[in-house]
Amino acid sequence: MTLAADRNHEGELEVPEGYVKLTIDGLEVVAPQGELIIRTAERLGIQVPRFCDHPLLDPAGACRQCLVEVEMGGRPMPKPQASCTVPVADGMVVKTQHTSPVADKAQQGVMELLLINHPLDCPICDKGGECPLQNQAMSNGRAESRFVDTKRTFPKPLPISSQVLLDRERCVLCQRCTRFSNEIAGDPFIELLERGAGQQIGTSATAAIADEAESAANTIEGKPFQSYFSGNTIQICPVGALTSAAYRFRSRPFDLVSTPSICEGCSSGCAERVDTRRGKIMRKLASNDPEVNEEWICDKGRFSFPYVAAADRVLRPQVRNAETGKLEDASWTEALRVAAEGLTAARERGVGVLASGRSTLEDAYAYSKFARIALRTNDIDFRARAHSAEELDFLTAKVLGTNPETGVSFASIEQAPAVLCVALEPEDESPIVFLRLRKAARKSGTKVFHLASWTSPAVTKTFGTLLPAVPGEEPKELDHLDSAVRDQLSAPGAVLLVGERAAEVPGLYSAVARLAESTGAKLAWIPRRAGERGALEAGALPTLLPGGRAVADAAARTELETAWGLEAGALPTEQGKDTADILRAAADGELGGLLVGGVDPDDLPDPALARTALRSAGFVVSLEVRHSAVTELADVVLPVAAAPEKDGSFVNWEGRHRPFEIALHRSDGATLPDCRVLDTLAIEMDADLFTQTPKAATEDLLRIGYAGTAVAAAPNAQPSEQPTRSKPNQAVLATWRELLDGGSLQADEPALAGTARTRCVRMSANTATEAGLRKGELAVLSAAVDGGGEVRLPVEIADLPDGVVWAPGGGEFGKIRRDLGVGHGSLVVLRGGGSQA
Amino acid sequence: MTEVDKLTPVLTKRWLSPNSWTLRTYEQLEGYTALPKALRGSPEQLVQLVKDSGLRGRGGAGFPAGVKWSFMPPNEDKPHYLVINADEGEPGTCKDIPLMMADPHSLIEGCVIASYAMRAHHCFIYVRGEVPHCIRRLNAAVAEAYQAGYLGKNILGSGFDLELVVHAGAGAYICGEETALLDSLEGRRGQPRLKPPFPAAAGLYAQPTTVNNVETIASVPYIVNAGADWFRTMGSEKSPGPKIYSLSGHVERPGQYEAPLGTTLRELLDLAGGMKDGIPLKFWTPGGSSTPLFTAEHLDVPLDFEGAAEAGSMLGTTALQIFNETVSVPWAVMKWTEFYKHESCGKCTPCREGTYWLTQILQRMVRGEGTETDIDTLLDVCDNVLGRSFCALGDGAVSPITSGIKYFKDEFLALCESNRAKGASQTEPALAGAGS
Amino acid sequence: MTADALSHGAGRGTATDVDSLPEDSPFGADTVATAREIIARYPQSRSALLPLLHLVQSVQGYVSQHGIAFCANQLELSTAEVSAVATFYTMYKRKPCGEHLVSVCTNTLCAALGGDAIYDKLRTHLGSEDKPLGHEETSGTPGEQGSITLEHAECLAACDFAPVLQVNYEYYDNQTTESAVDLVDALRRGEKPAPTRGAPLTDFRGVEYQLAAGFDTAAEAVGGPSASAATLRGAQLANERGWTAPAMPDNVDLPPAPEKK
Repeated sequence: MTLAADRNHEGELEVPEGYVKLTIDGLEVVAPQGELIIRTAERLGIQVPRFCDHPLLDPAGACRQCLVEVEMGGRPMPKPQASCTVPVADGMVVKTQHTSPVADKAQQGVMELLLINHPLDCPICDKGGECPLQNQAMSNGRAESRFVDTKRTFPKPLPISSQVLLDRERCVLCQRCTRFSNEIAGDPFIELLERGAGQQIGTSATAAIADEAESAANTIEGKPFQSYFSGNTIQICPVGALTSAAYRFRSRPFDLVSTPSICEGCSSGCAERVDTRRGKIMRKLASNDPEVNEEWICDKGRFSFPYVAAADRVLRPQVRNAETGKLEDASWTEALRVAAEGLTAARERGVGVLASGRSTLEDAYAYSKFARIALRTNDIDFRARAHSAEELDFLTAKVLGTNPETGVSFASIEQAPAVLCVALEPEDESPIVFLRLRKAARKSGTKVFHLASWTSPAVTKTFGTLLPAVPGEEPKELDHLDSAVRDQLSAPGAVLLVGERAAEVPGLYSAVARLAESTGAKLAWIPRRAGERGALEAGALPTLLPGGRAVADAAARTELETAWGLEAGALPTEQGKDTADILRAAADGELGGLLVGGVDPDDLPDPALARTALRSAGFVVSLEVRHSAVTELADVVLPVAAAPEKDGSFVNWEGRHRPFEIALHRSDGATLPDCRVLDTLAIEMDADLFTQTPKAATEDLLRIGYAGTAVAAAPNAQPSEQPTRSKPNQAVLATWRELLDGGSLQADEPALAGTARTRCVRMSANTATEAGLRKGELAVLSAAVDGGGEVRLPVEIADLPDGVVWAPGGGEFGKIRRDLGVGHGSLVVLRGGGSQA
Repeated sequence: MTEVDKLTPVLTKRWLSPNSWTLRTYEQLEGYTALPKALRGSPEQLVQLVKDSGLRGRGGAGFPAGVKWSFMPPNEDKPHYLVINADEGEPGTCKDIPLMMADPHSLIEGCVIASYAMRAHHCFIYVRGEVPHCIRRLNAAVAEAYQAGYLGKNILGSGFDLELVVHAGAGAYICGEETALLDSLEGRRGQPRLKPPFPAAAGLYAQPTTVNNVETIASVPYIVNAGADWFRTMGSEKSPGPKIYSLSGHVERPGQYEAPLGTTLRELLDLAGGMKDGIPLKFWTPGGSSTPLFTAEHLDVPLDFEGAAEAGSMLGTTALQIFNETVSVPWAVMKWTEFYKHESCGKCTPCREGTYWLTQILQRMVRGEGTETDIDTLLDVCDNVLGRSFCALGDGAVSPITSGIKYFKDEFLALCESNRAKGASQTEPALAGAGS
Repeated sequence: MTADALSHGAGRGTATDVDSLPEDSPFGADTVATAREIIARYPQSRSALLPLLHLVQSVQGYVSQHGIAFCANQLELSTAEVSAVATFYTMYKRKPCGEHLVSVCTNTLCAALGGDAIYDKLRTHLGSEDKPLGHEETSGTPGEQGSITLEHAECLAACDFAPVLQVNYEYYDNQTTESAVDLVDALRRGEKPAPTRGAPLTDFRGVEYQLAAGFDTAAEAVGGPSASAATLRGAQLANERGWTAPAMPDNVDLPPAPEKK
């Protein structure tokens, strides 16, 4: 489908199989069958004006702006055709506004009609300066309107959600927003209302439907419509009808400095654009990356940037005053000296490194190298979450070193005949993967299976099939899959997606590996955080060194010692401790210190143990963006840059390298990337990391190269004994983190928080009855073992197996792990807590 | 061809019988005799028969019914649907409602035959909601037909099954457009769909579907019984068969007159007792308000698909709205434009915004505040709507305006004159509606 | 056609039961049961949305937010999707309606023959000279006997009986301003004058129930008059003059099926 199609010796365009030849404005062009005229024209450099057309949405033909003249077989079609709905055909002759007076008049006519009711408020409109209507009115409209009658007016703006505001007067009813919501996101929360000239975009709340009960739709229904993707409607609105509550009236497009970037919000590594103005991020937009996020990003990725400017940012190094016990601001020199001395002293008894799952590849590499060279230990783990030794084997055997060519990619999901999600709730845990699954199901007929405990919205919206499983019994279910499902997963191109939650179920990673072996399905691991995959490659793990080298492999160690310019035998040989063991050792006083890089204790498998560990470790250095439970207990706190403030790269779940530049240049220059801080700290400890900048770290990484010598057999762990429900009010807990749950990147963005899902605990009708609960009443959850707190959540009935309850992992009112110390598969006690407040 | 009578009651023949809507009456008058005959034949034979008969769609467009049926896949890989368009709402059109009230079984029998011919096992009659009595009669007839074994499982022992559901609409003219009707029947806003895919490929529930008008399908049993040649003894070569002409407005005896296609208004007026009170004819619609106006010049235009088109209009639904000299053309055109504005579905720009604008200009002109420039603007906006809209509603909306100005520009200019002369005294409007 | 079929709410879980109705719901178990019956008529549940909106209107006299939520619940749709449909069709009233709905056709032909005059007269008669009743406004209190909601309607497909009006969608043909005034006065007194064509008059909600749930097939209702003079004029005239369609031959065979290509 290139323009420079081959010409044969007679100078005629060659038409390959599956292509057609047509003429547009006198130019011959070869186009793939099925391509719409408007896109072929675009490839030729002929811009046909349009509003409703969007390459990722189904054709609508609604705005009629793109009318062109079409001739087939020498016969002109009687009416101008909407070029966004008509596919090219062999021998077709198309005349756009450039060569057809009819098309030109039709376009000018439609433009005039679009403008008769459009307000002339461009000077105060957010879209002004980047508005397709404004631009096309200039290029394809008439200079003067003949309309002298009364314009249609509406009150404005109306909130569509806490994030999105609607100005109906500006709307040209192209329906991109409603089509996006219906087709792409599967969240029909926004719809066309009324009809004819009164037609408007709206929600059930904005519809002119009288009611005695205020906003009954929201209270009665119990499901006000929220979408994780609503921000995309703002971006694709071709006028200023949908605007961002957070961005409205904040800036003009021409005042913004735009930087292409990569989202730090999850492991998909979406391409995005960061727009800053005077040292502040004003907004984020999705960039077009067909391989990864197409033109979409989730609302978390779009709106959760105010944390960068949070009041509790750590901007100065701090050292704890031994006498007062309080953290005090210190100079970098002082703080690094204290940290280096402390760590050097602690090194004798051992220092554990808790690296972050959010690090860039370069930072993770610096942690990995710092542990080995400066701290002389393999006690390092990036997994600030539930994890297991089985997982480590699985990652080494099945994930390490894969890339989009060798493993699973977004594209291979879209082409897969069948996909099975295991321990992965895609919409909450990897929203762009969710969109691709939905697209695959809609467009390619991909069959999506979800091994999970209930029919979540993602199951429905991926047209999926639930393979129900009691938490803990997933390995058994996988080993005994229905043969029809197994057959579909055995088809060439089938894909298994497994989430990090698999670590909470002993034997599950093993069962997934077995299933991949036996079906031949391609396997991908989709962690939640942006940095996990990079940290794996960087060897921020107790058994792995950077570049796919095993700690246990003497040759690999020697190779690395040479590359790093170390003496032979300098690298520690003993396999390190994982996160849990580091914490346990620290709590038991077996470790001299901890180096913690961006870890929230409440994310760890045992938050209470983590706190004890932080208190018991002799010396704690914390590298942090914002003050946290760790900085509270640290001896030295070193400020580090937030993702938009540094350059570097993420490795997304596909294994795709996603480099990005600095988007936000802080005027105070207060923050440095972790790799720089660690590099300097290492120098204080007489070690050289060569990671003084992310670029230097990259070079160092390239220099040592990817060995890929770390091999491991696929894990073959056995499922643990299922906890038995010894009392009738006990239930097995299913849980995951929802996308919007007040996580640390989501701070200070109330508009985003406003679209979080309503927190609740879900259970079957039988389970509720047994516990004496009814829909809407408050249930109290507590741990089945002694100790721990309580979580109160309203009851929703869903299709869970009896004896299983689901509760959100995070959120202000439901920090299951923090307050109960339990996770997926744990036993909890369920009882009534009175009616809903 | 032998001489055919001026009126040829076929569809309207039973209407005179007492309790014509009951199964008993229907069966006494040869009802349900075509069905067993049809079921003995093959679907292909029935499609061929309807093709041979030349029966053209009675809903306005006049597409050959047999050809439409033949677009349905010749297998049953997917469920097929037959949907009856009984959303009668085109201004002037009032033939299907009386037919369904008076003789619902003829439609039902036609539905069973057509469903069999198209391998559909589910048929819906989509009736506009504002006619409960019609729906009542249909429902009673459907119940009777089920009871008698003309509907349901194994109809008349043929092995053919058909479920028939009468579905009430809820007030939207656009649902007479077949794809909008399908969306409406699926429980959505009645907005037209992109074509292709055409309904025969992906219609109701994205399955092969044919949408036919009431009068079309009610004609089928007669064709099955008497054959294509008989049907062609009425009407013309390209427009064969009898047709219900609905006369309304300023005539002495408005009503339903079933006559061979090609009958002229002069002949129909003669049957209907002439113009009311003898006041001369000024303008009329041959087939509803979406068909360009005719005048007294067109009294002898043969009212079949070709004749109406050659004379610059369309046959439409043969809804003859007849207006005498007391009626102001700009006023009538304004009223119709208000109707189209109200009924525009809103999907596409030209129709939605065009009707909004045209209405305001016409209202202003009728108020006496128009200018000659407005006439040019009207025509140019019409040009920007005609053939630019998503469906035919936009085309229909500008028909009254362009034809009104074509034949009666003087009346529009006169309104502008009165504007120019305004200020001195408000003159009495010379014509009904003008200036009101 | 996966795309279209799938893009809208395929498989949104299971329909809710009576227990899930909120405590303040105006809809009882009988309405739920009726809704279930209606849904069962269709190959796909969403097709029941138009009837269900008629159903909630029959309970409340209009489509309220409660009604929207009820339909959304029954059909597993979002309230936005239901609102989109409810606001598209003119028969769904967004404000409480009177006992009777009087619809006057003011489309061109009826209007020219007196429909506009009838509508204007009823506006002032049901309202006042100073404050004529507006479109879809109600004289009296909705829910009380004799209350009347007035509207102007587009073509009611009874042009041969122009000018026409409808009460609860039953036809009153060939009206004059006087007959229309008499009619609404009778309605206000609680009388129910028989329609020219249609079943004995009930009330707006009753007819809405019939539109939703199916019709009273009782002989009295079905047998209500249908064909007035205009309907039968052509047939009558032909009968009087002995005009017929050409005789239908007996025993005509179906044509052979075309050869398969």
